[in-house]
Amino acid sequence: MSADVELNNVSVTFGSFYAAKSVNVKINGGEFFSFLGPSGCGKTTLLRAISGFQDPSEGSVLIDNKDMFGIGPNKRPTSLIFQNLALFPLMSVSENIAFSLEVRGISKKDRQKRADELLELIALEGQGEKKVHQLSGGQKQRVAIARALAVEPKVLLLDEPLSALDLKLRQRMRTELREIQKRVNITFIYITHDQGEALTMSDRIAVMNEGEIEQIGPCDEVYNNPLTPFVATFVGENNPLFGKVKEINQNKVKIETPDGDFLSTMNENKKLNIGDEAIAFVRPESLFIPRDGDNFDNQIKVNIESFEFEGNIKNFYATLSSGTRIKFSIPNAIDTSSISSGTKLQLGFESIKSSILPKAQLAID
Amino acid sequence: MGNYLFTQPFFKKNGKAVAIYFLVAIVFWFVFLVIIPQLYMLDLSFRSNVPPLARGGPQDFYTMEHYQHFVFGSKTSLDAFNFVDLGVFGRTILVSIMVTIANLLFCYPIAFYIAKIANPSTARLLIVSLIIPFWINELLRSFALRILFANEGVINNFLTGIGVIDQSILFITYDIGLYTGLVYAYILLMMFPLYNAIESLDINQIEAAKDLGSSSLRTHWRIVIPHAKPGIVSGCTMVFMLTVGALATPVVLSSPNTLWFPQLIYQWFNMNDNWSRGSAYSIILLIISVIFVLAMMRIFKVKIGEIIK
Repeated sequence: MSADVELNNVSVTFGSFYAAKSVNVKINGGEFFSFLGPSGCGKTTLLRAISGFQDPSEGSVLIDNKDMFGIGPNKRPTSLIFQNLALFPLMSVSENIAFSLEVRGISKKDRQKRADELLELIALEGQGEKKVHQLSGGQKQRVAIARALAVEPKVLLLDEPLSALDLKLRQRMRTELREIQKRVNITFIYITHDQGEALTMSDRIAVMNEGEIEQIGPCDEVYNNPLTPFVATFVGENNPLFGKVKEINQNKVKIETPDGDFLSTMNENKKLNIGDEAIAFVRPESLFIPRDGDNFDNQIKVNIESFEFEGNIKNFYATLSSGTRIKFSIPNAIDTSSISSGTKLQLGFESIKSSILPKAQLAID
Repeated sequence: MGNYLFTQPFFKKNGKAVAIYFLVAIVFWFVFLVIIPQLYMLDLSFRSNVPPLARGGPQDFYTMEHYQHFVFGSKTSLDAFNFVDLGVFGRTILVSIMVTIANLLFCYPIAFYIAKIANPSTARLLIVSLIIPFWINELLRSFALRILFANEGVINNFLTGIGVIDQSILFITYDIGLYTGLVYAYILLMMFPLYNAIESLDINQIEAAKDLGSSSLRTHWRIVIPHAKPGIVSGCTMVFMLTVGALATPVVLSSPNTLWFPQLIYQWFNMNDNWSRGSAYSIILLIISVIFVLAMMRIFKVKIGEIIK
């Protein structure tokens, strides 16, 4: 059983500080939804508002179309997985998992049965008698998930639960979380500052900045068609090219920059006029070294400064004629051994892979 | 030997001077201030009571008479047991246990409030206001309570003044003053171990329990109290031992008809000039205190290391 979660104009204030400001979002039942934003952007506050630890100062939180105001966390159909997991160190693994059943007065036998079922779900059969400190990081993670699922919540809330794990384990847990979500088929609301985590697991994401939602949408849409310069630079990497709008032809916009004119694509929701200050964005992986026969909409002259080898790709840092720094990445499959610091190159990119937005604050300032 | 000692990690870590100071101080404290006086008392408690000049003479011999006196009374007594002293002893133990429980019940909510609910400035204010009264000497605090509880004291005068009662309540006679004084005397020794223990609990543990559907009461029972157990045991043992050995408060606040066990010890030592019997009574008190500590550790399943932490 899953439930819709709706935030209607939710604001949370601490004194005169808005931790969350007029947040509107409707999360569908059974959806894997992520709030993505830098630390202090208000995403944890929203999670606390949904779980019931913090009532909104304005607006309302609806779960299954029911206003949750004044209903405590122990009375809501939600379960929260804490950033530090908050497993109970003095209880065994089984007792941890069955705690929510214990407080509901369910018999010891039924509790044990349910705990065993859940231990199987998280592939920890027969380890119920262990103490929490005897488990590895990934096992603790899974116990926390099982504990949260024991009450059969309609909504599972996750507060950056993977942040303490090392990279390999984190990547594996992403897949596992997604699989568990599909199996139990309930709404997952996930909080993270890690865009990789959000993009790989979620059906939809909401990008937050300073208490407000900047964009909501499916992962690829947010990545490919950012609505604000903040989203463009926070979700994934992006090279901003500052300039003025020179020509507009339907959704194709020509921007005039100190490094030449570039053709870019305008998001249909954003209106630009000729002469407006704007930023064209192009991602590192969308910049190519042209080969014979390639014909890109845009050409850009760069001077290589340095590079780094990441494994599957090689990152190059270069300057444009105006001194603007840009980054581009070339797959390791392509031989780039002739390129080194000081090399002058002509790169190309397609207008469809570049978005142009009115000038505003970036995430990387 | 000296060279071997100086190469030990303890010496390397702290340097020679500091390490020697630590060793000497600890040995001095333990041997001269703890072991020797206790052994001396233990020895004395088994000896006949003779004036110092007769020590080592024919009248100075080992005997169980002081312990026998505690249980059976003086040889001339007609009673089968020493009902007076046993009564005082039993009452002292019983009241001390009640005082300890009262302290625990009183301190737990306050300690929890300061540690987990109050904002930092309120918490600081509360801690300071708990400490300040204890800048005043224990004897003076007891006298202050006596002034409050006396038959013509502040409370009685106030209550008669506003017409709630027309006859003084006999707080001192019924030892209400004594019980209050004892609860108050060592309350900080319950408060701080409890506060420290609760403070170290991750607030997420409490929130997680709540999120999983637990009521506040159950969260305390299953999460907070188990975590605070070492603090509870530490506070209880300290309060019990100090209460059971309290002298100033009972002297000032107990009713003329009741005695506190340490008063009895005091009488043997100072008024009856019978150090041997006083020592025997002290040893009995010591044994009871040790039994109490061991029982607490057994009941709460904590190890001595956890309590000290």
